Amino acid sequence: MSDVIKQYPAKPARVYFYATCLVDLFYPEVGLAGIQLLEREGIEVIFPQHQSCCGQPAYTSGLNGQARTVAASQLELFPENWPVVVPSGSCAGMLRKHYPRLFAGTGLAEQAEQLAGRTWELTDFLLHVCRIRLQDHGEPVKVAVHTSCSGRREMGIADTGPALLAQLDNVELVQQARPAECCGFGGTFAVRHPEISAAMVEDKARALDDCGADQFVSTDCGCLMNIDGFADKQKLATRGQHVVSFLWQRSKGGTA
Amino acid sequence: MSTATDAVKHFTPRARAALDNPAVRGNFRKAMDGLMSKRQDAFADWDLEELRELGAAVRLRALSRLPELLEQLERNLQANGIQVHWAQTGEQACEIVRDICVARNARTVIKGKSMVSEEMELNAFLARSGIEALESDLGEYIIQLADEAPSHIIMPAIHKNTTEISELMHEKTGTERSSDVDYLTASARAQLREKFMQADVGVSGVNFAVAETGTLCLVENEGNGRLTTTVPGCHIAVTGIEKVVEHLADIAPLLALLTRSATGQHITTYVNMISGPRKTDEKDGPEEVHLVLVDAGRSAIYQDRELLDTLRCIRCGACMNHCPVYTRIGGHAYGTTYPGPIGKILMPHMLGLDNTGSLATASTLCGACAEVCPVKIPIPQLLQRLRSEAMDGDPQRPATVAGHGSKRRWLEMLLWRGWTVFNSRPWAYRLGTALITRCRRLMPSRLGAWTRYRSAPRPAAQSLQQQLRQRQCKES
Amino acid sequence: MNARDAILQRLYQGREQQGGFEPPASDFSVLQRPHWNKTKKLERFVQAMSPVHGEIHSTSRDNWHLLLQQLVRDKGLRNLWIGNGTPHGSFLADHWQLEQVPLLQRTQPVNEWKDELFNDVAAALTGSLGAIAETGSLILWPTPAEPRVMSLVPPVHFVLLDSDRLYATLHETIQQEGWAKNGMPTNALLISGPSKTADIEQTLAYGVHGPRELVVLVLE
Repeated sequence: MSDVIKQYPAKPARVYFYATCLVDLFYPEVGLAGIQLLEREGIEVIFPQHQSCCGQPAYTSGLNGQARTVAASQLELFPENWPVVVPSGSCAGMLRKHYPRLFAGTGLAEQAEQLAGRTWELTDFLLHVCRIRLQDHGEPVKVAVHTSCSGRREMGIADTGPALLAQLDNVELVQQARPAECCGFGGTFAVRHPEISAAMVEDKARALDDCGADQFVSTDCGCLMNIDGFADKQKLATRGQHVVSFLWQRSKGGTA
Repeated sequence: MSTATDAVKHFTPRARAALDNPAVRGNFRKAMDGLMSKRQDAFADWDLEELRELGAAVRLRALSRLPELLEQLERNLQANGIQVHWAQTGEQACEIVRDICVARNARTVIKGKSMVSEEMELNAFLARSGIEALESDLGEYIIQLADEAPSHIIMPAIHKNTTEISELMHEKTGTERSSDVDYLTASARAQLREKFMQADVGVSGVNFAVAETGTLCLVENEGNGRLTTTVPGCHIAVTGIEKVVEHLADIAPLLALLTRSATGQHITTYVNMISGPRKTDEKDGPEEVHLVLVDAGRSAIYQDRELLDTLRCIRCGACMNHCPVYTRIGGHAYGTTYPGPIGKILMPHMLGLDNTGSLATASTLCGACAEVCPVKIPIPQLLQRLRSEAMDGDPQRPATVAGHGSKRRWLEMLLWRGWTVFNSRPWAYRLGTALITRCRRLMPSRLGAWTRYRSAPRPAAQSLQQQLRQRQCKES
Repeated sequence: MNARDAILQRLYQGREQQGGFEPPASDFSVLQRPHWNKTKKLERFVQAMSPVHGEIHSTSRDNWHLLLQQLVRDKGLRNLWIGNGTPHGSFLADHWQLEQVPLLQRTQPVNEWKDELFNDVAAALTGSLGAIAETGSLILWPTPAEPRVMSLVPPVHFVLLDSDRLYATLHETIQQEGWAKNGMPTNALLISGPSKTADIEQTLAYGVHGPRELVVLVLE
């Protein structure tokens, strides 16, 4: 159903890693896991200093000026023509889908287009570019996958999380009700319309709690923070983890 | 207009009330789940992406030639004997309808389902002129009994369950209470048949107006649309100026998309193509047919290449059926004629951003609407654009939509300025993150709206960048 | 300036400001169906119309009137309205044997006998121009002999369908029959089943405003 038509490059010698602000501040283990997974695939990972936020919060709030200022500071961080790998469907979507529109008609238009063309969500990159083979060292566990909406619809990665988990022998994939429905995060939406957001995250958290999974994994820290925060406050058993941390945790200590 | 704008200003309390009403939430959840799965089944043996591409191309072609096609439509309709009227506003359109009624000494009007007539608030206008307008679509009939507005553009009474409808019909028409839908339907049929026989004028909407042949296409399941356009001596069709298509052949893909997207039907029971009033030898059909072409903000949308994608819409309602926000709060919370995603991108042009600003923000931009839109309207992108318009948020592209800048608040702008410095100046970011991680235990456990329903997130003891700097040090 | 000119002027100006725009090409090939022969088309027609409660009977060109009489008797219909001067109407009138069920023929405009039509006519028989296999849709162009309300007001509608006049899709019908080129009639209809509604809690109910039963006699 997604519009995304992707032409995967050959596996490169090095990539840029764009961690995103949520990973940097709240989920650093996701960034470390992502870097280590890429390095294990024999790829040199370049982490540009000075990276902060992709500008999405301002952009989705309609503040294109502010978003452009922040985004322009990020555009400079990737001068070489190497792939930019992002452990977030949402931030990758911002770079890939929205930077071209944000910078259209400005002096940075070409640079934005160029960056968009080499931006990849991490799980997509691991599966289709690195053709990663994972070996499972963990105990049997049942897992549900929540793909973020931008991951699903902007980056076309609804199948990559499940495909990676399927490589892990002791992981049983469980399907929650209405997997394609939004968790209700939506950045500033959760603050501007808290009651509607709460109704959405409640349904999502309960679907994940009721589906028989021991835990869930997600491609985006925004969704994780939202669903986990709700589950914690409401004392639901379900807990989430970024899919990249999960993959690293299960497969570290050996490669296939 | 004041009632309309008042309603939409109260979006948040209405949404809250809907969320707190388990019956409303249950009715919508059940209905939307059913509609989503029916749609999916209906497209099972189609190359849906190609069909949507075609639908979008047909609509864009029509829009790219909109003024010429309207002139061609007018010429061909007139040649077929249909009278064409133009209205710049909903009120003008109401006046045109009223004048036609008055000229025919009409006291009663029977109506087929028409969202444009809802937009015009035609029934109330006619009532003020002493003309009774009766809705004949079963859903519209039910909400007219309840004195409510439609909560969905295709299924106007979807917010009510059978028990509520039975109670309403009992109270207003004396129908025996019953949970038997066939019985309730038969009762409504009997009452409306009388009205069809008596009505002087029939008012309908239009799904597609074909320029090439001067044909008005109407789709429906009940037959009330056909009765409306056949039995009374005069038929008045009202439609937005964007509903025109170039060729008769263009309706094939649009029809295939419309009914499957709307209700999961391969086709509706009736596709009614009207190309003229009754000819002298014909035994039925109206002697007079009129088309009222309504602008009401549409030509303003047409001024902007990005915004005019809004006008591709064929009013299938799939965007609301798939919208997680609409599913939770229902159609009435929006307080606008068109609810859901299409309402959010259309109503600001009709009522002004100052009156509808909170609508554009009431979306997670999840994109479920655009994914199913049969003519591929990039709804999230248009929502982003309207948010920007409401904030006067783009110094490089001056805002143009009515009421632009009305949501800009100095305090919020100050916060955003801080955010911009934090994220665009490396020193600020490094200093800021160092502070946040050091003081993580001081993070308040209450963060306004977020923590009303969720635990507060806790910053990491060391940010990723701090950890990587250490890692590099160690390695070197 | 009048409303018409003001609207058109805004549209022309708006487009000019944008420098006009080229729409993508309309590729209609997605609507094409693999070649369906007559049997396949008939099969598809039945497949599409049966789930929406269309009643379909196969019969012969010479004996359809016998089947029709049997159906009228079985359904307990008290009269049947037929068109004036149509070949099938005349044929039926010549061969009608159900004495207790009168055949109604009317030459006057419908509004002159509206009460009777709405209250007393039990069923009507019309011909059709053919049908669309993919969606299970009958094509009717009402005529002075068989006006619009015949397929709309009586509770039961019988339709004769010539099995040689099946089209795969609406797209094919419009193209093959040259509808755009030859001009459209006052009223053209696609009818796909009896009247229905799902406006009460998504529960299907038939015969809300139009016929409760649609009975197709396929002539082979």
